[in-house]
Amino acid sequence: MNLVSATERFGSLVINSTEQWGRSWIFLYRTVLALIKPPYRPYLYLQQLMMIGVNSTLVIALIGLFTGAVLAVQGEYTLAKFGATAYTGPAVALSLIRELGPVLTALMLIGRAGSAVTAELGIMRITEQVDALRSMAVDPIKYLMAPRLAAGLIAMPLLCGIFNVVGIFGGYCVAVGLLGLSPGTFMSEMTSAVGIVDVKSGFIKSAVFGLIFGWVSCYKGYTCGFGAQGVNKATTQSVVTASVAVLIVDYFLTSVLTRVFMD
Amino acid sequence: MISVRNVHKRFGSQVVLDGVSIEIEPGKTTTVVGPSGVGKSVLLKLIMGIMTPDSGEILIGGENITKARSEAAKNDIRQQLGVLFQSAALFDSLTIYDNIAFPLLERSGLSSSKAHTKVLEIAESLSLGAYLTNYPEQVSIGIRKRVGMARALITEPKILLVDEPNTGLDPLDGQEVYDLINACKNQWGFTGLVISHELPEVFQVSERVAMILGGKIIAEGTPAEMIASADPAVQQFLNGRTDGPIKIQ
Repeated sequence: MNLVSATERFGSLVINSTEQWGRSWIFLYRTVLALIKPPYRPYLYLQQLMMIGVNSTLVIALIGLFTGAVLAVQGEYTLAKFGATAYTGPAVALSLIRELGPVLTALMLIGRAGSAVTAELGIMRITEQVDALRSMAVDPIKYLMAPRLAAGLIAMPLLCGIFNVVGIFGGYCVAVGLLGLSPGTFMSEMTSAVGIVDVKSGFIKSAVFGLIFGWVSCYKGYTCGFGAQGVNKATTQSVVTASVAVLIVDYFLTSVLTRVFMD
Repeated sequence: MISVRNVHKRFGSQVVLDGVSIEIEPGKTTTVVGPSGVGKSVLLKLIMGIMTPDSGEILIGGENITKARSEAAKNDIRQQLGVLFQSAALFDSLTIYDNIAFPLLERSGLSSSKAHTKVLEIAESLSLGAYLTNYPEQVSIGIRKRVGMARALITEPKILLVDEPNTGLDPLDGQEVYDLINACKNQWGFTGLVISHELPEVFQVSERVAMILGGKIIAEGTPAEMIASADPAVQQFLNGRTDGPIKIQ
């Protein structure tokens, strides 16, 4: 009897998960389609870019500044063991551009704006605002989801760029100002070590993370359950799912991109 | 005007609608009543095309919304509808003015200047002029219902759907909503479908009443016929008694 109920539970879990997975892909397909098809409502896109992108700039820059600073301290400490402190600049820049910039920007944006997007859409859902849109013959996927997905796609790489630039500046200030590295050495080693492929790799990662951000936060909000608890659950799931997805996808992207750009 | 034919809907193992059929005549207001949780709001969402029935069909102005596969096809049929939601469902991020203008700008594709004139007209009719620059959270629920009514009627729909018109309202505000529905009907003339459990107050806006219970329409008629009904479930519900065939869950 226990074996039967355990098998039933497992079966139900597999069916539900597969159904959710399928639904989320259909949702993404419909949102991308809605992005392409007219009518376009530019003001909605600008509004979301403002909320998701512009309003996140300060916190992203602040995190970038201190991440760069910490990297300089840790990099100089490690490299000193090998007598290679001259490579602190490349260590800071490559770590930021290839890895930490895209990942930390994505995690910060998911925490700050992704949770807000899910909560907002969830509240709209439970207060029948989404139903109201549909009753007025306005497609909520086009009106609500497409602008948020696009804003995530556009804002993520731009914010990552800001994160990297400010991070390198933070690293430079610490390495040159506090640790006594020569400014010329920091800059010249950094510029010779960092290539366009590194920037491209970081940019591609950011764009993919932007897609994950928009997809997960919109889907979780749109499929939110009833009441305050439903919104609470959807918001938590949105942040956890998107963060875990970013870290898993990051590994695979890094493996693929490193191989592609090395060839 | 609205024809619901043998509609079935279940959620998992729970049967919500079990062969519901109802005809809503043009120009008249029909009210569907019944205890909480019997599927009244589900019926409304099926009519709006927000949910799909498991079987059966729903025709709106002769067009079958259950057969419309794409959202665009459903949207064409929804052009005939105006909906006043239970909590008004106004958009929090928009002012009262923008909420009223929303369907005109998004659905009718009207120019801003023409939309502006229409918004001012309907706001004047429903005494909303003083609140146009406010946001929904800055006004009372009674005003929000009026704004919801203005938003529902601004495109001059042929059919008005009203979900629980006076939920959360005190008796005065509740009466105001009923007066509003009657006044709007006289002014704009629409076919109405009201979902409610407020008896007998809701009879004042109803020309026909149908009672839903156990997933089926168990009684139908004019308000006078319902009051005189010999059906014990109707009498129990009308008189608000706990003893009788309706089991409180």
